[in-house]
Amino acid sequence: MNGLIFLIPIALGLGLLGLAAFFWSLRKGQFDDLDGAALRIFVEDEEEETR
Amino acid sequence: MSAAAAPLLVERDFAVPAMRCAGCIAKLEQGLVRDHRITAARVNFTEKRVHLSCAPDTETPDLIGAFSLLGFEAHPIGDANEGAEAEAATSRELLLAVGVSGFAMMNIMLLSVSVWSGAAGATRDLFHWLSALIALPTVAYAGRPFFRSAWGALRRGQTNMDVPIAIGVSITTALSLYETATSGPHAYFDGVVMLIFFLLCGRWLDSVMRDRARGGVTALLRNMGSGAMVMETNGANRWVNASALEPAMVMLVAMGERLAADGIVIGGTSQIDLSLLTGESAPQRVGVDDRVHAGTLNLDAPVRVKITAAGADTAIADIARLMGEAAQGKSRYVRIADRAARLYAPAVHALALLAFAGWMIAGAGWHQSMLIAVAVLIITCPCALGLAVPAAQIVAAGALMRVGVLIKDGSALERLAEVDRALIDKTGTLTLGRPVATNLDDVEPTVRPLLLALSQASRHPLSAALTRDLAAMGVNAEPVEALAETPGFGMEATWRARRVTLGRPATSTGDNGLATQLSIDGDPVATIHFSDQLRPDARATIDALRAEGIAPTILSGDRAEAVAPVARTLGLTAQTAMSPQDKLAAIARQAGAGHKVLMIGDGLNDGPALAAGHASMAPGSASDAGKNAADCIFLGDQMMPVVQAVRMARRTQAIVRQNFTLAIGYNFIAVPLAFLGYVTPLVAAIAMSGSSLIVVGNALRLKRAIR
Repeated sequence: MNGLIFLIPIALGLGLLGLAAFFWSLRKGQFDDLDGAALRIFVEDEEEETR
Repeated sequence: MSAAAAPLLVERDFAVPAMRCAGCIAKLEQGLVRDHRITAARVNFTEKRVHLSCAPDTETPDLIGAFSLLGFEAHPIGDANEGAEAEAATSRELLLAVGVSGFAMMNIMLLSVSVWSGAAGATRDLFHWLSALIALPTVAYAGRPFFRSAWGALRRGQTNMDVPIAIGVSITTALSLYETATSGPHAYFDGVVMLIFFLLCGRWLDSVMRDRARGGVTALLRNMGSGAMVMETNGANRWVNASALEPAMVMLVAMGERLAADGIVIGGTSQIDLSLLTGESAPQRVGVDDRVHAGTLNLDAPVRVKITAAGADTAIADIARLMGEAAQGKSRYVRIADRAARLYAPAVHALALLAFAGWMIAGAGWHQSMLIAVAVLIITCPCALGLAVPAAQIVAAGALMRVGVLIKDGSALERLAEVDRALIDKTGTLTLGRPVATNLDDVEPTVRPLLLALSQASRHPLSAALTRDLAAMGVNAEPVEALAETPGFGMEATWRARRVTLGRPATSTGDNGLATQLSIDGDPVATIHFSDQLRPDARATIDALRAEGIAPTILSGDRAEAVAPVARTLGLTAQTAMSPQDKLAAIARQAGAGHKVLMIGDGLNDGPALAAGHASMAPGSASDAGKNAADCIFLGDQMMPVVQAVRMARRTQAIVRQNFTLAIGYNFIAVPLAFLGYVTPLVAAIAMSGSSLIVVGNALRLKRAIR
């Protein structure tokens, strides 16, 4: 029972971390161009990637 | 146009439909910034768009020029699609809600698993409270789309799929909260959140599908944000966007350019291609004082046109008005999910009420009766039903997109599956809608490289057609010098110290003037004739349509003499010289006889008919009005995608029906259990996720259905 005091916040915290990461990626436009993202690894020169 | 010194940048969007691979992305992003006016370029491959940041004084034609230097055709995207931005925002909002409910579902499940595996007493209460803590904000946030839509329906005195969902979710949450507060054994927080999660997935899939198709369609729209080069009184030329054009301005229309407004020719002579406006295949010769219309294509030579009407006043505005009226009929179509909901929602409510009343009469007490009624609500909530339709439709739309058919939304697929008559436009639909060289095989192989050398340097539509056909034959251009183009006549160059020309034939060729002649030192060596050709698989498509039980006929705005050969080749009956109103009437007649009409057409004159048809398709080369009005768009020279789309739509409907059967069958097993009070939160969770997975798995079978 005592273990739960630590484990539950940790579990929820990890979940929240995942949710925050999802929100962040959505806001950064990572879901805007799903097909393009798959192709960009073939692009040779990625110097101009700074936005 | 503020102070040029300030490094203020303008953001512009361009549609580049031709990007296909990673190489294109690299070429565009790295090539465009080499232009000193462009500071940044970012490709969105999914929507086939390029976002540019450029110097504020850059003119649109310059930017388009930068694209064509890289070998890409670019179309400016104006502000006209702000509505689309709003819809993309809705889609993002839904995705956020999916994320939130997914997170909540997983965490509540984590706690629920320990409750199911036997946690009791204080631990169970603690876990229930924690679940409530996660579930309540989630329901309030992620459930908004359902509450909003249910409230909207109830206020109008109607009911839809969202009404049982909203009621079920609210009652279950309230009861679970009561259970938690009184240390009861069962709380349904996991079920509620899972329900919201699955339903949101369905909603999101639906909206993604619409977004994706719209992205493809915007990429194809040419005229949006277009404009004209306007001659100022002081002689200078300035690019003016179509929306800013005004009567009495004088625009310079280069050859190969589309007119942006109605007007009267005040200088130059040329031929005008009317095919998109009227369906007529032969170009019309115009000179000073002739009227010309917006949306038509200038073929031959630059002309000066004095604008008489722009924007909403143009001749095509009439067609647009007809289109608006015709589209109203279609909006009455009720989607299959909503039709199912009309039967389903009252049944669900009645069942839950019956369960409550039954157990009350049996003397179970209101608390127990309520618990059972909630279990019935949760079990019958249309979780699988909410996924059944969108999952199948998005898989089908994705498969069709790979063969070059863009489906605008799910209801288009549903309507497409029902058609039993096809009315097909001729010019641009059964035919390619562009000139194709007809006698290239008769031309000496030795002069072909010379032809290509001259034609590839010109922007004239006939030259473009010649270049495409020659390149397809594998011809390589001969090196020539001193290339020059004389508007209204043609190309001229020096080849091995001899003067070669490619241009209008010296003598009339007898046909409708679509011919070009190659001469060396003034002696004609080859005359190439052009005509609009049938699509290569038109015959096969017509046969396949018949095999699917769809009776095709031609509905053309062109003259009977022009339509007859096509009709004969394809073995079709035809109605000719039809105005947009006539086409509407023809569709209304078929609809009146109980037929569901598939309209296939491309021109502005087909716009109203496309809007009125039970379902409609347009080729990718169609007018913007046609593409906007059509339910689906097929790309490329092949016509077979039309039949593939119909087959796919029928297959999708079959899968959707299977999914409904599965969902209803599951209810037949689960509802009696719920009635008898055997459904614990664990059973509800298994039943719900199980049925949803089965439905999605069934929909995925469509992926391999296209052949």
